[in-house]
Amino acid sequence: MALAIALVIAVITVISVYVFWAHVWWLPVDVSTHGASIDHQFMMTLIMTGIVFVLAQLGLAYFVWKYRDRGDRRPAKYSHGNNALEITWTTAAFIVFVGLNLLGYRSWASMRFTPAAADALRVEVWGEQFQFYFRYPGPDGQFGPTHVNLMNDATGNALGLDRDNDPASKDDIVTATLAIPVNREVELILHSKDVGHSFYVRELRVHQDLVPGMAIPIHFTASEDALNYNGGRYEIVCTQLCGLGHYKMRAFLQVMTQEDFDKWLKQQAEEQQ
Amino acid sequence: MEAHAVATHAHAAPTGFIRKYIFSLDHKVIGKQYYFLALFSVVVGILLSVLMRWHLVWPDARIPLLDKLSPTGAPGGIMTPEYYLSLLTMHGTLMVFFVLTTAPQSGFGNFLLPIQIGAEDMAFPRLNMLSFWVTFAGLVVLLSSFFVGDGPPLSGWTAYTPLSAVGSVAGPGEGTGQTLWVISIALFCVGSLLGALNFITTTLDLRTRGLTLMRLPLTCWAWFITAVLALLSFAVLFAAGVLLLLDRVGGTSFFVPAGLVVSDQRIAHSGGSPLLWQHLFWFFGHPEVYIAILPGMGITSHVLSTFSRKPIFGYRAMVYAMMAIGFLGFMVWGHHMFVSGMSPYVGFAFSVFTMAIGVPSAIKTFNWLGTLWGGKLRLNTAMLFAIGFVSLFVSGGLSGLFLAQPPVDTNLHATYFVVGHFHLVMGVAAIFGMFAGTFFWFPKMFGRMMNETLGKIHFWITFVGVYCIFMPMHFLGLEGNIRRYSRFTDVNFLVPLIPLHKFMTIAAFVTAGAQFIFLFNLFWSMFKGEKATENPWEATSLEWTVPSPPPFDNFAGRHPVVYRGPYEFSVPGAPKDYVMQDAPEPVAAH
Repeated sequence: MALAIALVIAVITVISVYVFWAHVWWLPVDVSTHGASIDHQFMMTLIMTGIVFVLAQLGLAYFVWKYRDRGDRRPAKYSHGNNALEITWTTAAFIVFVGLNLLGYRSWASMRFTPAAADALRVEVWGEQFQFYFRYPGPDGQFGPTHVNLMNDATGNALGLDRDNDPASKDDIVTATLAIPVNREVELILHSKDVGHSFYVRELRVHQDLVPGMAIPIHFTASEDALNYNGGRYEIVCTQLCGLGHYKMRAFLQVMTQEDFDKWLKQQAEEQQ
Repeated sequence: MEAHAVATHAHAAPTGFIRKYIFSLDHKVIGKQYYFLALFSVVVGILLSVLMRWHLVWPDARIPLLDKLSPTGAPGGIMTPEYYLSLLTMHGTLMVFFVLTTAPQSGFGNFLLPIQIGAEDMAFPRLNMLSFWVTFAGLVVLLSSFFVGDGPPLSGWTAYTPLSAVGSVAGPGEGTGQTLWVISIALFCVGSLLGALNFITTTLDLRTRGLTLMRLPLTCWAWFITAVLALLSFAVLFAAGVLLLLDRVGGTSFFVPAGLVVSDQRIAHSGGSPLLWQHLFWFFGHPEVYIAILPGMGITSHVLSTFSRKPIFGYRAMVYAMMAIGFLGFMVWGHHMFVSGMSPYVGFAFSVFTMAIGVPSAIKTFNWLGTLWGGKLRLNTAMLFAIGFVSLFVSGGLSGLFLAQPPVDTNLHATYFVVGHFHLVMGVAAIFGMFAGTFFWFPKMFGRMMNETLGKIHFWITFVGVYCIFMPMHFLGLEGNIRRYSRFTDVNFLVPLIPLHKFMTIAAFVTAGAQFIFLFNLFWSMFKGEKATENPWEATSLEWTVPSPPPFDNFAGRHPVVYRGPYEFSVPGAPKDYVMQDAPEPVAAH
C-alpha cells in the first residue's frame, strides 16, 4: 500500500510536469507589445511553483513509503516540532511568494497605472446580450452621445445614436468587427448596455470586464507579429457569464497596416451613410 | 449511573421518535442530520456535474430521462444552453453552501466538538436545532426552483448583478428561480450565523477542566476559527442578499445602475453599482473558501498525527497558521476582481495579501510532512484520504499563486485554470477531508466499523480520478478555455480542445460512479459493519474515552479532566504508543 501510493503520487507529479514542460497545451502566441512581460511573470511563477510542487509531492510520496509501519519494533520519533525549522520555512515562503509578486508589479503597472498616449486610436466597445459593437469617433474625433430611449436593436440603432440632431454622432462609425492598425497604441473604452460582459483577446493578453454604468478604459499596442498569424484575425470572446447565449458571444479583431486601416475605416463610413 | 447522568444533564434524554430523531436537541443527532443533508446535496451536486460534463462534450446528444426531469430545459432529452447554466448555478450553490460549508463544520463539528472538549452538549441546544432546520428550509427552497416556471437561475453561484437583479427579461430562470435562490441563501446565512455563535460560545465556555486552549485538538481549533469566519462573513452575505432581494422585488436600485437596456427594454432602476455586489459577495466569498477548507485541515492534522503515531509537528505553528489564514482571509477578496473595473492600485494591494496568505498555507503543508517524517504510518482508508488531502491541497494551492498576480491573472481569469484551481483546493481537498473524517469517526458515530477493502478501492479510483478531471483544467486554462460556456463549438480556438474535454468527462463518469462504492459502504456498515470498540484507532482525544456510540450526555455524568495535549503518541517510556488526554500523571509506568 505504501509503495502503491508513493508511486501513484510520483507518476501524477511526473505526468503533470511533463505536460507543462513539453508545452502539450500552452499559451497562445503573443502579438502585443506588453505581453512579453506577462508571459515572463507567468514563467517565473511556473518555475517557482513547479519546484515546490515536485519537492512537496515527491517528499510526501517518499515519506509515506519510507515511514510505513513495517511491523518491526522501531518506535515513531517523539517530536513536537522544531522552531528553527518553522522560522526558516515561514521566512523562506514569505520571501519567495511576496518577492515573486513584487517582480510582477512592473508588468501590471505598465498596463494599468498609466493612461493611454494622447495620440492613441480611441474606440468604444459596447456589449449586449450576446454581441459586441465597436464605435469609431469619425473624422471629428468626438463620440456623439448615446440615448437610452433610442437604443433599439430591431431598428438597427443598438447604441442609441441620434445622427440627425447630434453633430458629433453624425460621423460616428459603428461596426461588428474591431479593426486596429498594427504598431499603434489603441485605447478601448468599454461599456455594457445590459449585464456584465468581458472583453478577452488571448493573443493580445488583454482581458477586461464590461460593467454596466461604467466606462472602463484599457490600452495596448498590437506588435508587428500580429499581422503574421492567421491573417491578423483574432477572436474576441465574452468571459463574464451574461446569459443563455454567453457561449457564442464573440466578435473578430482584425489587425491591419495603418494604410489598410484607413481604407477600411473609410469604407465603413461610406456604408453607413 | 444512567439515572444520575440524566439528572445532571441540561436536558433530559428524549423518548419519543420525533424529539429523538427529528427535532432533536442532541448535538450528536444534529451533527448527523447535517451530515446526511450534505450527503444528499453532494449526490445531487455530483449528478448535476455529470449531466454538465456530458452536455459539454456531446452537446447535441440525447440524455436519457432528462426530458422527464425538465421538458423545457431538455426538450427531447437534449439540454438547452440555458438549462446548462441553471445546472451550473445549482451545482455551485449546492456544493459551496450545502456540502462544503455544511458537512465539515456543522456535521462533524456538531457531533465531535462537545465530546472533544469534554462537554455534554453544545452551549445552546435549541439554537442548534433551529440552525439545522433553517438550513434545511434553505435547501428545500433552493431545490424548489427546479419545479417552478422556467427553472433555476442561470447567473451562477456568484449571482453577479445586474444579470441576477433585473428579472426574467435577462433570461430564463431569472424570474421566480432567482428569487428563490436569494431567499435560500438568506436562510442559509441565518442558519450559519446561529451555528457560528454556538460553536464560538461552546469552545470558549464549555471546555472541561485542564483543557486549555493549547491542549485543544486541532479539529476544535479549526471549527472555532471557521465559526469566527462564518460569523463575520455570513452577516455580510445576508445583508447583500436582502439588498438583492429588494432590488428584485422592492423596486430599489442597490446593484443596478441607470440607463440599462436589456433585450431592447428599458430598465427602470437607477443609481446602483454592479461592483458593490461583487465587493459584498466576495467579502463573504473569499472567507467562505477557508470556511470550507479549515475543518478539512483540522481533520487531516488529527488523522495524520494519529496514524503516524507521532505528535503533530509544530502544534502552535499550526494554530497560528490557521489564525493567520482566517485573518488574512478577510483582506484578499479583491483578487476575484482584478479585471472587474476596480482600481488597479487596489488590485495590486489585494494581490500582495493574497500571496501572503500562501505563507500560512505553506506552513501547514510543511508541518504535515514533518508529522509524517519519522512516523510509523498505518495506511488505513482514513489515513489514505488524509494523505490525498495533502497532495490535492498542494496541487490546487500552488495554482492559486498564478491567479493571485494581476498580470498573470490577466490571461487566466475566467478560464478553466480557475475551475481546476478551486475544485482541487477547496472542492476535492475538502471532500477528501470529509472522507477521512467519515472513515475515522464512523465507529464513534454509528458504533460500527466501515469496510476497509471497499474504502481503499473507493480511495484509489477517486484519487486518480479527480487528478484526471481537474489537472487537465489547468492546461485548458493556458489555452484560454473560457469557463461557463455550455458548448465549445462556437469559438474557433476552443474546438481543438474538445478531445481533452472528452477525456475529462469520461474520468468524471468513472469517478462519480465510484462514489456508489462509498455510499454502499456507508449504509451497509451502518447496519452490518463489525462492532466498534471504544477506541479502535488507539487515538488520544476525549471522544475515544466514551463508548461507541456515546451515550446521550456523552460522559454519563462524568466530568473528564485533561492532563495533556491531544497528540501524545510514542511517548518514550509510556506503556503503549499513545497516552490519552485524560490519563492522570505520571505518563511513564516507571
